[in-house]
Amino acid sequence: MRRTLKSFLILTIILATGCSISPWVKPYERGYLADPIMSFEPDAVSSNYMHHVYQAREGARGAEGGGSGGGCGCN
Amino acid sequence: MSKYFNFSLVVLPVGLLLLAPNSIAKMLPEERSDIMFHEYEGDGVTINGPSVLVRKNYMDSISINANYYVDNVTSASIDVLSYGSPYVEERTEQTVGVDLLRDKTIFSLSYTNSTESDYDAETYAVGFSHDFFGDLTTVSAKFGVGDDVVSATGQAAFEDSLSRKNIQLSISQILTKKLIMGLNLESIDEEGYLSNPYRKSSILMASDSGVIDRQGTWEEENYPETRTSDAVSLKLKYYLPYRAALRAEYRYYSDSWDIQGSNVEVGYTHPIEALNVTLDVRYRIYQQSAAFFFVDFLDASNGEALPTYHGRDKELAEYSTTTVGVGIKWEFLSSGWFVLDKASVSLSYDHISFEYDNYRSANAVGYELGQEPLFGFDAGVTQVLFTAVY
Repeated sequence: MRRTLKSFLILTIILATGCSISPWVKPYERGYLADPIMSFEPDAVSSNYMHHVYQAREGARGAEGGGSGGGCGCN
Repeated sequence: MSKYFNFSLVVLPVGLLLLAPNSIAKMLPEERSDIMFHEYEGDGVTINGPSVLVRKNYMDSISINANYYVDNVTSASIDVLSYGSPYVEERTEQTVGVDLLRDKTIFSLSYTNSTESDYDAETYAVGFSHDFFGDLTTVSAKFGVGDDVVSATGQAAFEDSLSRKNIQLSISQILTKKLIMGLNLESIDEEGYLSNPYRKSSILMASDSGVIDRQGTWEEENYPETRTSDAVSLKLKYYLPYRAALRAEYRYYSDSWDIQGSNVEVGYTHPIEALNVTLDVRYRIYQQSAAFFFVDFLDASNGEALPTYHGRDKELAEYSTTTVGVGIKWEFLSSGWFVLDKASVSLSYDHISFEYDNYRSANAVGYELGQEPLFGFDAGVTQVLFTAVY
């Protein structure tokens, strides 16, 4: 976890000090990306449920991009 | 984890974000309510119930959300049939959260409580999300702590605890006019009672003379009391030359129990504008190696010492899963009605196949101990979701 925290700190410093970089995709060029079909998780309640289904039945957990908590109803 | 965690490593990035120059205001999540019915069915287990999520914004700077979720469990799984009795129970989970918007940064707080007859869990989380590079890049981080209390039905004297800490880092990056990327990292530390008070290991002891099937081999499991895991995932989504989207995801996972897992998912989203319908299909494969202390069957009848740690949870075995899923969403009231901006109803079904490489059907009859057929089963996951955006 310490490795993750340090990576995060370094990345944040780079980003926070490099904000003057000009965006290569202008705001008026983001019409396709703004389409709802381009959302990674358009329905959070559904995405969280599928993360829960897999977390309760697979050994791997984390980095799904959603929330996580204790309890699984799976004893 | 406390010996590794340095609070300044979190405070400093937050301070840098507050000092970063701002130009375009960030938006709060959209106000909406979702009501979902979900059902999982497989391996003699049926779990269903509602999930209700409501989000309301105030003064363009505060967003409050609340989620109520229920699992109604009816279980006659292979573990239950091997050494237990079918059971019925209910798990309820409540989450409340608040998001605070300041220029290009959203700060988030949340609290989750999960209650079962034999397991209580509380989780607190704090996080932030900030846009960089003319909003091409969004960096998010979340830190959570949790405390669980484990008990066991029928074992009044048993109660133990588990503490959890996790940190998530996410980066969403616009790569081109039609391609977006998401990178997620998460570390989780758990300390305390990680076994299952009901589950058993299958070990033939020197004292088990005359035992010819698994019924005489069940012993209490013993797991390590710490587990540390790291996971990283990469997602890509691409807008096709016509109005449709293609997505791909890869995740790699490893932990201190020697489990290494990975999954790949691809999906395709296709709107049919004339019908206000959106179709989605997906395919996912997952595989993992076994935990170092997983034992399907151990013959210790020659008097050899038991390993310090041993367990027979099939989620610790070596196995793979394959998922094929389809979904359809119908949007209506798209021009608004009363206080609603739009509404939709979605139906989704996923079929998951589980194939185990070293976990056997312990209740199979007519086989030598430890030579039963490898276990496998199919499961179905159904979701019906109603959404109102206002």
